[in-house]
Amino acid sequence: MFAYILNRVARAVLTLIIIVSLAFVILRMSGDPAIMILGPEAPPQAVEAFRKAWGLDQPIWVQYAKYFGAVIQGDLGNSMRDGRAALEVVWERVPLTLAITVPALLLNILIGLPAGVLAALFRNTAYDRLIMMVSVIGFTVPSFVMGLTLSLLLAVWLRLLPSGGSGTVAHAVLPVVTMGIIGAAVIARFTRSAMLEVLGQPYIRTASAKGVPWSQVITRHALANAAIPTMTIIGFMVGSLVAGAVVVESVFSWPGVGRLLVTAVANRDLAVVQVILLLIGFTMVAANLAVDLLYGWVDPRMRTKTATAGA
Amino acid sequence: MSTETLPSEQADAGGSVFSSKNVLRVFFEKWPLAVLLALSWIALLVIIVAFAPFIAPYDYLAISLTDRLAPPLFLGGGWAHPLGTDELGRDVLSRLLMSVRISIVIAFLSTLIAATLGVSLGFIAAYFRGKVEQLVLMLIDAQAAMPFMIIALAVLAFFGNSLMLFTILMGFYGWERIARIARGLALSANEQGYATAVRDIGASPWRIYGRHILPNIASTLIVSMTLNFPEVILLESGLSFLGLGVQPPLSSLGNMVGYGRDYIQSAPWIMLAPSVVIVLTTLAISIVGDWLRDLFDPTLS
Amino acid sequence: MPLVSVRDLKRHYDIRLTGGLFGRRAKLKAVDGVSFDLKMGETLGLVGESGCGKSTTAKLVLGLIPATSGTVSFDGSAVTAAHDAQWRHMRRRMQMIYQDPLGALDRRLPVSAQIGEPIAVHEPHVPADEREARVGEIMTSVGLRADQAASYPHELSGGQRQRVVIARALALQPDFIVCDEPVSALDVSIQAQVLNLLEDLKERNGFTSLFISHDLKVVRQMSDRVAVMYLGMIVEEGPPEDVFHAPMHPYTQALVSAIPTPSRRGKRERIVLEGDPPNPVNKPSGCPFHPRCPSAMSECREFQPMLASHGSRKVACHLRPAPSAGLIAAE
Repeated sequence: MFAYILNRVARAVLTLIIIVSLAFVILRMSGDPAIMILGPEAPPQAVEAFRKAWGLDQPIWVQYAKYFGAVIQGDLGNSMRDGRAALEVVWERVPLTLAITVPALLLNILIGLPAGVLAALFRNTAYDRLIMMVSVIGFTVPSFVMGLTLSLLLAVWLRLLPSGGSGTVAHAVLPVVTMGIIGAAVIARFTRSAMLEVLGQPYIRTASAKGVPWSQVITRHALANAAIPTMTIIGFMVGSLVAGAVVVESVFSWPGVGRLLVTAVANRDLAVVQVILLLIGFTMVAANLAVDLLYGWVDPRMRTKTATAGA
Repeated sequence: MSTETLPSEQADAGGSVFSSKNVLRVFFEKWPLAVLLALSWIALLVIIVAFAPFIAPYDYLAISLTDRLAPPLFLGGGWAHPLGTDELGRDVLSRLLMSVRISIVIAFLSTLIAATLGVSLGFIAAYFRGKVEQLVLMLIDAQAAMPFMIIALAVLAFFGNSLMLFTILMGFYGWERIARIARGLALSANEQGYATAVRDIGASPWRIYGRHILPNIASTLIVSMTLNFPEVILLESGLSFLGLGVQPPLSSLGNMVGYGRDYIQSAPWIMLAPSVVIVLTTLAISIVGDWLRDLFDPTLS
Repeated sequence: MPLVSVRDLKRHYDIRLTGGLFGRRAKLKAVDGVSFDLKMGETLGLVGESGCGKSTTAKLVLGLIPATSGTVSFDGSAVTAAHDAQWRHMRRRMQMIYQDPLGALDRRLPVSAQIGEPIAVHEPHVPADEREARVGEIMTSVGLRADQAASYPHELSGGQRQRVVIARALALQPDFIVCDEPVSALDVSIQAQVLNLLEDLKERNGFTSLFISHDLKVVRQMSDRVAVMYLGMIVEEGPPEDVFHAPMHPYTQALVSAIPTPSRRGKRERIVLEGDPPNPVNKPSGCPFHPRCPSAMSECREFQPMLASHGSRKVACHLRPAPSAGLIAAE
C-alpha cells in the first residue's frame, strides 16, 4: 500500500514537471514576447530594455531554470495588460468558479449515480429507456446550447431567474443546473454500464443462487464493485467541469476563472493564460491523485499489491 | 463499404420466403428507425456541404437593413426568410447552410488528422516497442490528463488564430484514444500468424502495417473515428461560440449561436436554428457510430 | 559446400518461476547446441516430442528469432535475426510453410494477392499482369483452380489453404524451405495429398528443405536424412531407413517402438519410458535422457555424450562410444 501511494505521488510530481516544462516551451515557442507585447514597430531600445527586464537575453536553459524557480515561488509575472501580478488576478476569481463547480459536481453525483444504478437494475424497462434517452443530452447537447435554452425558458420567458451576472444565489442557479445536468447524464450512463458489467459477473449469480436476498446482493456485492470504475469517471468529471466552466461562465457572464481565461485569450494576455493553464494542470493532477488514492483505499486488492501491479 | 450492403441483401433474401409484412420487420431489425433517421440527416448534411452556395436562397453575407430581425415561419414570418433574419438583416437559413458546411468540413478534416496522427503513433509504438513505446504512452497519458478545451485555448492565445491553425488544432482532439486503440490492435495483430508470415516473406514494415494490419483493423478504427466526429463538432462549436474559433466573416454553427445570444430576448430564432442543427448532428452521428460499433465490433467499449 | 550449415545453435530464455518472494530465476534451454548441415537439394527431417525445440530450431535457422549463441550460415553468408534490408532480401531465397494455414493468411486479401506478394515484395519491377500470370501458374502447380484466385482464405478448405501457403512460399522458387509441421493441422485424408504435393514440387523444383514433424511416418516419407531431437539437442541422425529400422539411441528406440504397427505385433516389444516427461527448464545433468533411459549407466549422469559418427549416421549416447574419439567430458 505504501509503495502504491509512493508510486502515485511520484507520478503526480512527474506530471507537474511535464506541465510546467510544457508551459515554458509553449511560452518560448510562440515567438518573441518582446515584439508581441510591444508591437513590430517598437523602437529597438525599447525591445532591448523589455528583454532585459524579462530575462529574455539569457541562455535558454537559464531561462528554463529561472522559470521553474519562479513557478515554485508563485512569481508568474504580471498581467501584460493591466500590470498587476497575474497570479493575483487569477486567484481572486477562483472562489467564484468554485462556487459554481463544486455544487455542480455534487449535483452530477447526486443525480447521476442513483439514476445509473436504477437504470441498470431495471434494465430494458421503460424506466431504463427513459433515463438513457435523457442521458443522451450529456453527449449531444453542448453546454452553451443547454445554458442558453435554460436561460431562454427560465429567465427570458418565465422571468424566474436572472439570465446573467453574479452577486446573489439566484445568479448561480442557472450555471450550476446547466453543468449539473450535463455531467449527471455522463455519470448516469457510465454508472449503468459499470453496474451492468458487475451484475453479469459469476459472483453475483453465485450470491443470488446461494439464496442471499436480492437487496443484499445489490448493496453488499454489486454496488461496492461498481463503485470502483465509477470513481475513475468522477476524476475525469473534474476535467470536463473545468472545461465546461469556461463556456458556462461566458454564457451567464459569471466572472470566474473560465471567463477570465476567455478574455485573456482574446486579448492575448499570456501571463494570465499561463497562470490559469498551470492552475488547471495542478488541479487535474491533484484530482487524479485523489482518485488514485481513493481507489487504493476502496479496492482491497490494491492494499496488498505492490506498486508495479497498480501501474 | 462493401459490408454495408450485406444487411439489405439479407432483408431482400427474406422476401422470397416470408410475407411482405415480415420483410418490413426484418428490414427494421437490421436498420432500426433511429439509425435510418440519423442516416437521412447525415445524407442531408452531406448534400448541404456539397451544394450549400447553390441551395442558399441569399448570399450569406448580404446585409439588408430593411429586413432586420424578421421572424421565421413558425413565429409568423413570411416565406421570403423561412428561418428569419438576423440583426443585420442577413438570411438565417443561408447563413445556417454555410455554417453547416464550415463546421462539418472542419470536423471532418480534424478527425482525419486525429486518425492519421493516432494510427501513426499507435503503429510506431507497436513496431518499435521499448523506449519509443514508453514515450508514446507518456504522451497519451499527458494528453488524456488535461481537458483538451483548455489546451486549445492556451494554444490559440499563444499562437493566434487562423482557419488552418484552428483546424489542425482540432485535429489534436481524440488522437490519444485512436492511438491507444491502434497500438493495442497492432500488438495483437503482430501476435497473429498473418503479420508474422508477411514479415517472413521479407515485406517491409510499411507493407506489413499499411497493406495487412491496417485493413484488418480498419473497421474498429472507423468506428472510433465516427465516435470522435461529434465530439469535435461540440469542441469546435464551443470555441467558436466563445469567439475564439472560426472568425467572421466566415460563420460556423458555434459562432452563429454566439452572435445570436445577444438577441436572445428579441430574436431567439437566430441562436435556436444553429443550436438545433448542432444537437441533431451530434445525435445522428453518435447513433450511427453506436450502430456501426455493434455491427462491426461488439467488444469495443 | 553445404547450402545450410548450423553450428552449436542455442536459444535460452530467462524465465521466472512462480513461488518464493520474487520468484526463482531460471533458464529455459529450448535449443541447446544443435549442429547440422544441409546439402543442396537435401531434405532433413527433424523429429521429436512436442516441446523438444523443433520449432524453435526452425525459427533460429531462418533467422526469425535471434540465437543465444551459435551460427547459421546460408550459402556462405551468416543468417542473423536483425530484421533489416539485408535480412529481408535473404527471404527471397528462404521461405517457411506454417502449421496453421488459416492463421498464416490475411483474411482480408484474396488468395491470389497473397500468393503474388513475395513477387511484389522482391521483384517490384514485375508488372501486375505478368505477376498475375505467374500466380496462375503457381496455383495450377499446387493443385488450385484458377477460379479460386479471387477467393478469401475462409472460403477455402483446410487443405486448399495449406496449398495457398505452399504456393506463396514457392512463388519465387526459393532455394531453402522450412516446413514446420505442415500437415499436423489437417485431416488425415488431406495430409497424404499435401505430402504428395510437397514431394512432387520438390522433385520438380529441387529445393532444399528442413522438414519438422512429430510424426515419424511423415518424416520418413519426406526426408533424405532424419535427426531426432530430445530436450533441445540432436540425439541421433542418419538415413531414415537406418534410423527407424535399427535405432541406436535408446530414445529413438522408444519412439520407434511406439509406432502402432499391427503386422509386427509381437515381433518387437514396446518400450515404455518411465520418469518425468522432458522439461527444458530443469534439464538433467549429463545425458539429458538419463532419468528416463532404461539402460542408463553411472557416467550418463555426469557426462554429456557428444554426437559421434557411426558409419552413415551419428549418435549421442555413451552406450555407443565413437569408434575413434571415445568420451568427451561435458563442459
